[in-house]
Amino acid sequence: MIRIEHLVKSFGDLEVLKDISTDVATGEVVAIIGPSGSGKSTMLRCINLLEVPTAGQILIDGIEITSPKCDILKVRQNVGMVFQHFNLFPHKTVLDNLTYAPMKVRGLSKADAGKIAIDLLAKVGLSEKADQYPSRLSGGQKQRVAIARALAMQPDIMLFDEPTSALDPEMVKEVLDVIKGLADTGITMCIVTHEMGFAREVADRVLFLDGGYLVEDAPPDIFFSTPKSDRAQQFLEKVL
Amino acid sequence: MNLDFSQIAPSLPFILKGIIVTLQFTLLSAVFGFTLGTLLSLIKISNLKPLRWFAEFYTSIFRGTPLILQLALVYFATPQVIGYRISPIEAGVITFALNSAAYSSETIRAGIMAVDKGQREAAMSLGVPYKLMMLDIILPQAFKNILPALVNESIALLKDSALVSTIGVLDLMRRAQVVAGQTFLYFEPLIVVGVIYYVMVMGLTQAAQVLERRMRRSD
Repeated sequence: MIRIEHLVKSFGDLEVLKDISTDVATGEVVAIIGPSGSGKSTMLRCINLLEVPTAGQILIDGIEITSPKCDILKVRQNVGMVFQHFNLFPHKTVLDNLTYAPMKVRGLSKADAGKIAIDLLAKVGLSEKADQYPSRLSGGQKQRVAIARALAMQPDIMLFDEPTSALDPEMVKEVLDVIKGLADTGITMCIVTHEMGFAREVADRVLFLDGGYLVEDAPPDIFFSTPKSDRAQQFLEKVL
Repeated sequence: MNLDFSQIAPSLPFILKGIIVTLQFTLLSAVFGFTLGTLLSLIKISNLKPLRWFAEFYTSIFRGTPLILQLALVYFATPQVIGYRISPIEAGVITFALNSAAYSSETIRAGIMAVDKGQREAAMSLGVPYKLMMLDIILPQAFKNILPALVNESIALLKDSALVSTIGVLDLMRRAQVVAGQTFLYFEPLIVVGVIYYVMVMGLTQAAQVLERRMRRSD
């Protein structure tokens, strides 16, 4: 479970996150939505400390990851992340992208890491691409590989940072389908997304951020039908 | 103009032996130089202020003074300063490696900074420690991009190695001068080593192209 308490993040004079507090239960799927510049991605990136919070605390399974004593690398091994621009390693084949961290970081043997990788590639429907380089894949295929790469570390938590925003429209569905499939496996997921239909369908809870504040925190059917705040109402009018 | 290559023909084996010396110099200097240059570049992009200051100072010294002066200093001043009788070969390799490190560190730094920052974030998000991230993820991509610049630097090293003739190393250049001294013919031996340098540089260029094609496999 993830506990975020009074999270504040500033870049210089610009305060991007202003006192955010929320919990994400184990196995819960949370969609984080809001207008651009609202701090969604920053909030997500604080959870695996790609951004170091300016103030406040984040606890994962009771361990305070924002404490200076915390072993950040250890935390990250357990928190997978999928990026908007995939960030596959271009000089490694698809299979090597998947086995690199399990072998070098977790210390798995080549055979064990390979077995996990091949299973995962089958799950995302890309078994036949194992020996290709990422440059040979379409955007949707790259993102599915990126999801498999994060899963290869067998994390308890997955963070998705606008996973479909850089994709051509016809490739969005194949990626969303993979993420949907994951939601049923009991892995904890935080998804920053602009896909409202997807958020509504897959999320257990929706967090709506605006101007660095957590404005709404509600189940999707309630959030999308009867948002409390004016800001959320205006936002939904524009995007739905 | 009367050219007489037949007179230097007996000296040809003597001149050709210089190829080994010159190549040995270039190779050792390049290996040590690029290794040191990589370390310097990592220091330059780090947050360690005093070390960064040192690396920048180091670069300014080696870029700011003539190579032949550095060579003379290392060779002639080392016995005087620390009492060690340094051999010409050692002095040459040390000077060229230190000098090349200063130049290549800037090239490598640029190469590292040109790697998309998403690569770093992806490695970090997988829990990959800094050292492995640099060795396995960032540097291979950086080197691929700066390969042409590093080939330039290697070619410069190969040709600049002729400077070691000034401290008595029997490299190609020095051997040409020795033969010239024996036969009183200057043009012929100099032309011969000129051609040899040119052929070696062409060989290096070819090898680099093969390497570059191999590295572009993933494109």
